Amino acid sequence: MINLSHFLILAALLFMIGIVGIFLNRKNIIILLMAIELMLLAVNMNFIAFSYYLGDIAGQIFVFFILTVAAAEAAIGLAIIIIVFRNNRSIDVEDINRLKG
Amino acid sequence: MSNLISQLNLLSPEIFVALMAMLILLLDSFIIDKNKHFIYGLSQLTLLVAGLITASLGFSGPQFAFEDMFIFDSLALFLKMMSFITLSIVFIYSRNYLLDRKLLNGEYFSLSLFALLGIMLMISSKNLLLMYMGLELLSLSLYALIALNRDDKKSNEAAIKYFVLGALASGLLLYGMSMLYGFSGSLDLYTIGNVIQTQEINSELLVFGLVFIVVGIAFKLGAVPFQMWVPDVYEGSVTPVTMMISTVPKFAAVAMLIRFLFQGLDYLIVDWQQMLLIMAILSMIVGNVTAIAQKKIKRMLAYSTISHIGFILLGFYVGTIGGVQASIFYLTTYIIMTLAVFGLIILLSSTQKSIEFIDDLKGLSQTNPWEAFLMMIVMFSLAGIPPTIGFYAKFSVLQAVIDQEVVWPALVAIIMALIGMYYYLRIIRLMYFEKSNKKLKTKSFLPMLSVLTINAGGLLVLGIFPKTLMSISALAVGGSL
Repeated sequence: MINLSHFLILAALLFMIGIVGIFLNRKNIIILLMAIELMLLAVNMNFIAFSYYLGDIAGQIFVFFILTVAAAEAAIGLAIIIIVFRNNRSIDVEDINRLKG
Repeated sequence: MSNLISQLNLLSPEIFVALMAMLILLLDSFIIDKNKHFIYGLSQLTLLVAGLITASLGFSGPQFAFEDMFIFDSLALFLKMMSFITLSIVFIYSRNYLLDRKLLNGEYFSLSLFALLGIMLMISSKNLLLMYMGLELLSLSLYALIALNRDDKKSNEAAIKYFVLGALASGLLLYGMSMLYGFSGSLDLYTIGNVIQTQEINSELLVFGLVFIVVGIAFKLGAVPFQMWVPDVYEGSVTPVTMMISTVPKFAAVAMLIRFLFQGLDYLIVDWQQMLLIMAILSMIVGNVTAIAQKKIKRMLAYSTISHIGFILLGFYVGTIGGVQASIFYLTTYIIMTLAVFGLIILLSSTQKSIEFIDDLKGLSQTNPWEAFLMMIVMFSLAGIPPTIGFYAKFSVLQAVIDQEVVWPALVAIIMALIGMYYYLRIIRLMYFEKSNKKLKTKSFLPMLSVLTINAGGLLVLGIFPKTLMSISALAVGGSL
């Protein structure tokens, strides 16, 4: 029988994969965007699982808002990546190292 | 029906700012470059009218709207009014700098106003959903603002760094929110607080959620160990944007901290006090010590901001109303000082050459005596030397800490403030006791110079009569906690 804790563990695992993806990724900025998306989806799973087991609809409504914001966030992220590419001709994480001190 | 109108009335400043931000975005595509001043004037008018509307709502106990999602109390009134004034001053200072660099267009103003809308929603939210929406509106606007100078590689890099770390922070905050929701079954902060207090829920897992919330707040404030974005973003973005990022969003972050920790999760005070204390001490140490080694003035100010955030968190750590009052007072002081110092940097930057290195200020007293004098006042205030207001801000936080009979954090704070004096006073030494290498040409824009003089002089005047500002911030906190 699948119960709440299974969902929570799965969400926690996805969330961890997302965080590790941000910190370990040394190659491409697009992968960073994917890792961020994964984190948000893990949170969505958390909300839906809680909402179902609590019998409360508010959590599912929250998920809709998160999905919308995630779309806007991805749009802005891709726009920034485009201007980075236009100036640097590369979107490697290693090439982004101008600011230091 | 009348109920709906009275609820909408409470939200009228937000509605007005939202409409004007959209209008400015629209008008921008029709206005030719020569007439961009019109957009500037319209933005200032927006802030003025929004301030008047907010003031006309007045204050008579906390008011709620839309299923208690929205709260309007004395703290909201104070922080919103401060945000309007601060953003208005930011616009005044930015105008000529952006005009010289052909960046004065609708994007800057409408994005700033959208960020302001997010800040206003965060200040007034009592609900996790509204808090998240406000936070994202603020963050998304800031990502775009940092990348304002599209052709500058540094600006791009700052934007991508802030974007990745900001998205990470809001992800962590959301995870914490989902935990709170799961344990209490409600999105309302007061209900969450009540549920935690009445039912003894598994508190270890609750603290697990609390950690994520505190991390999210700390990131927005730029407290150590979540400060890595601050220096890069400060250095990379255009100076007016840096000024905007270092001032107005701090009101939102502090409001978020008060709403979450003091109004929602005050039952878990023992747990979050420790987290705030660690962050406060680390911020003061890292901020002050690292600032000494900086050669670029904006990076130095970034680390100085981190150390000031440490002081603000120290006031919140105390956990009493006195501590929050001291922190709000410190925040107000910090905002006034930051506005003045960035205003001076902008004033001294000509079209060809921006002030970038601290050494650029060498011998400023011989070439620009008045600006050098104003800079000296600001530096004294940042360092916390009497009779400037910066001294009273530090003093009131330390007093709140010592009142709780915990002495060692206060001692650390004093030692760190003394270390901090070194790099502030170094600037004064460079300005007054070194030979200048070149003349800094400044085009003084009279409204800007006069506002700047009032701003920097205000640090001195408020320092001699600190009671007014202190009692206003005390009133703001006292009415809502």
